Amino acid sequence: MVNVKINGISVEVEENSTVLQAAKKAGVHIPTLCFLKDLNETGACRVCLVEIKGARALGPACIYPVSEGMEVFTHNKRVLAARKNTVELLLSNHNKDCLSCARNQNCELQKLADDLGIREFKYQGAYRPVTFDDFSDGIVRDTSKCVTCGRCVNACAKIQGLGILNFIDRGFNTKIGPVYNKSLADVNCMQCGQCINVCPTGALHEKEEIHNVINALHDPTKHVIVQTAPAVRASLGEEFGMPIGTRVTGKMVAALKRIGFERVYDTNFGADLTIMEEGTELIERLQNHGTLPMITSCSPGWIRYVEREYPELLGNLSTCKSPHMMLGAIIKSHYAQRKGIDPKDIYVVSIMPCTAKKHEKNREEMKQNGLQDVDAVLTTRECGKLIKMFGLDFEHLRDEQFDEDLFGEYTGAGVIFGASGGVMEAALRTVTEILTGKELDDIEFKAVRGTEGIKEATLTINDQEIKVAVAHSMVLAKPLLEDIKAGKSPYTFIEIMGCPGGCINGGGQSRVIGNIRNGFIDIDWKKERAKALYDEDAIMPKRKSHENKQVQELYENFLGKPGSHKAHELLHTTYEKKDRFNF
Amino acid sequence: MEKLNQSSLLKIKEIVSKHKDEPGPTIMMLHDVQDALGYIPFEAMEEIALATNQSVGEVYGVVTFYAQFTTQPKGKHIINVCIGTACYVKGAQLLLDRILELTHAKVNGTSHDGLFSVDATRCLGACGLAPVAIVDGKVYGDAEKSGLVEKAIQEIIACEGGKQG
Ligand code: SF4
Ligand code: SF4
Ligand code: SF4
Ligand code: FES
Ligand code: FES
Repeated sequence: MVNVKINGISVEVEENSTVLQAAKKAGVHIPTLCFLKDLNETGACRVCLVEIKGARALGPACIYPVSEGMEVFTHNKRVLAARKNTVELLLSNHNKDCLSCARNQNCELQKLADDLGIREFKYQGAYRPVTFDDFSDGIVRDTSKCVTCGRCVNACAKIQGLGILNFIDRGFNTKIGPVYNKSLADVNCMQCGQCINVCPTGALHEKEEIHNVINALHDPTKHVIVQTAPAVRASLGEEFGMPIGTRVTGKMVAALKRIGFERVYDTNFGADLTIMEEGTELIERLQNHGTLPMITSCSPGWIRYVEREYPELLGNLSTCKSPHMMLGAIIKSHYAQRKGIDPKDIYVVSIMPCTAKKHEKNREEMKQNGLQDVDAVLTTRECGKLIKMFGLDFEHLRDEQFDEDLFGEYTGAGVIFGASGGVMEAALRTVTEILTGKELDDIEFKAVRGTEGIKEATLTINDQEIKVAVAHSMVLAKPLLEDIKAGKSPYTFIEIMGCPGGCINGGGQSRVIGNIRNGFIDIDWKKERAKALYDEDAIMPKRKSHENKQVQELYENFLGKPGSHKAHELLHTTYEKKDRFNF
Repeated sequence: MEKLNQSSLLKIKEIVSKHKDEPGPTIMMLHDVQDALGYIPFEAMEEIALATNQSVGEVYGVVTFYAQFTTQPKGKHIINVCIGTACYVKGAQLLLDRILELTHAKVNGTSHDGLFSVDATRCLGACGLAPVAIVDGKVYGDAEKSGLVEKAIQEIIACEGGKQG
């Protein structure tokens, strides 16, 4: 331990601490911009400058190591002036159109300018040439809002191992972009949105579809149906200032009904349906020496990755569409038939924690008779905006229930799809019971839960040992994939999700700001959101997908049985090798 | 994007394997590729990325950081137009615009058919002759009015089989 003084306050901190950590202990908040713990520790932006007694120059608190007897001043005259100057210089080259910016009112740069009391633009500098890239389906890149903090650069490299965004050129001309400053649509980007989630400004955001949805709602010929993914309920509240991990299922449903959707369904129904199809597919492969390990296919970011980086493993992918695409396909066929509505008059909106799903819905494979299974995908953040645009007092809405006709029922197995390990656990609940013909004593497979690292489990079904693994983010998935490629994977079934922690931390969820990521506000956000889902699972009367009565009815009345010809036509898909770069 | 020819590909592979196990190999590989081919083609960035366990984007970042590397192949014929103060005052911009139009190249870029590279340069120290242009090493003075630069370019186009579309 070492003793340091922060603004005259003595604190004792561990040896390898930084000044920033020591200041936290002294109850002093030093503003930061580029710094993200464990992800971006480069000391580049100089916003966190502090004065160290005895040192000539001011130093960056975020990476400055403490030493015995050190005296630090975090808010004296010299420091405040330097910090303000740093931000004023940043702003001199910034496209300051806050009023029409995607980050208006939740921007880390905007907050910083306000916290530092900036009231005039001191430097009217030259502006660099701007790249505005909205060619990809999910992600918009606007370099006029970029502060070249490098957070996205390291997120892409350290979470997905892809290193797509990088610093280009040098000095004043430095910008962030893919190779040749091409569009994200033309490079091997997964569209996962992890770069969006760490960006402190409006330089990276989702491609918004709110206005398409509002137009459909106002079009009298359209029958507009909305479905919400499990993970959304664990994060949407944050858009209204509620604590991370608040489960807002009932309020979300109430809000969507008031906005005017004809039906509000839970994608969990689609999740239960996915388990029936995917479970059957796994049993098939086990019994008929099919390609193993089988790998889950509900994460479209992961699908984009495997099509570009590991095309030799496409045969290992389950052929199942993701849950919301399955429900979309069923709505445009079975629902349309039952209600006597022409499928082309139905408009399906999916509210998803994901930016890659914006791309997924546009895939050619996801169409029947030229009609998309799903017409629009809104992120959790966009859903929050939509609710605000309709003037609803979200926090005080009375809880309401999802619509119950045809697709209203769901089980706990569907809910946990939103957390890493959830699809695996849901599948194991169903597959084990089908294969053994016996009811499970304990349906909770705790070994595959958790938001950090690769998870594994070994179970014995009918004397056969089965090993399974769960990975979330491509850095974690890569070693598993290399093993399969080398023919030495010990696993039968693998769940892979594109984002760390699973959908609860997807690229479309509420942004988790630097202060939380850096531990200034003490919350493990991934754990809290996952807990919201496991809590809902625990209180559900039914917790296994095959017990979902309405799913059973759907098979009886429409699909036949899992894996039937009709099921394949509507609920399964195909994949193909794609070029990594299109130029 | 146009495919690189076989001999250049082999050259790249040779350079990459030569430096692979040295410390800090990226810069050395890029140096040798720039020397051998006159620019850094995409294929070279891909090979280097693979050998050094980086992404293509990361290698591109290095390429653009250092002024000595370029990702544009040089054209067969090089034209420099001085836009220093003296030349500028005497109509260098007009000259440059006409040259760009004739060659179908962009400033500091190469024409699509690979025939011309046009660079706008700083003072060449020949202000007395302003405005000055250099075509394949031959210096043309008073070039805005004389029409000789345009003539030289047209001759090249004619000799190369009228490839300009
Ligand atoms: S990025 Fe932030 S500071 Fe910049 S215009 Fe948008 S809201 Fe304003
Ligand atoms: S969306 Fe994902 S893969 Fe694409 S640049 Fe961002 S972090 Fe990288
Ligand atoms: S895009 Fe965002 S995260 Fe990336 S460098 Fe710019 S401001 Fe930082
Ligand atoms: S240098 Fe410390 S936050 Fe950027
Ligand atoms: S300005 Fe053109 S040669 Fe000096």
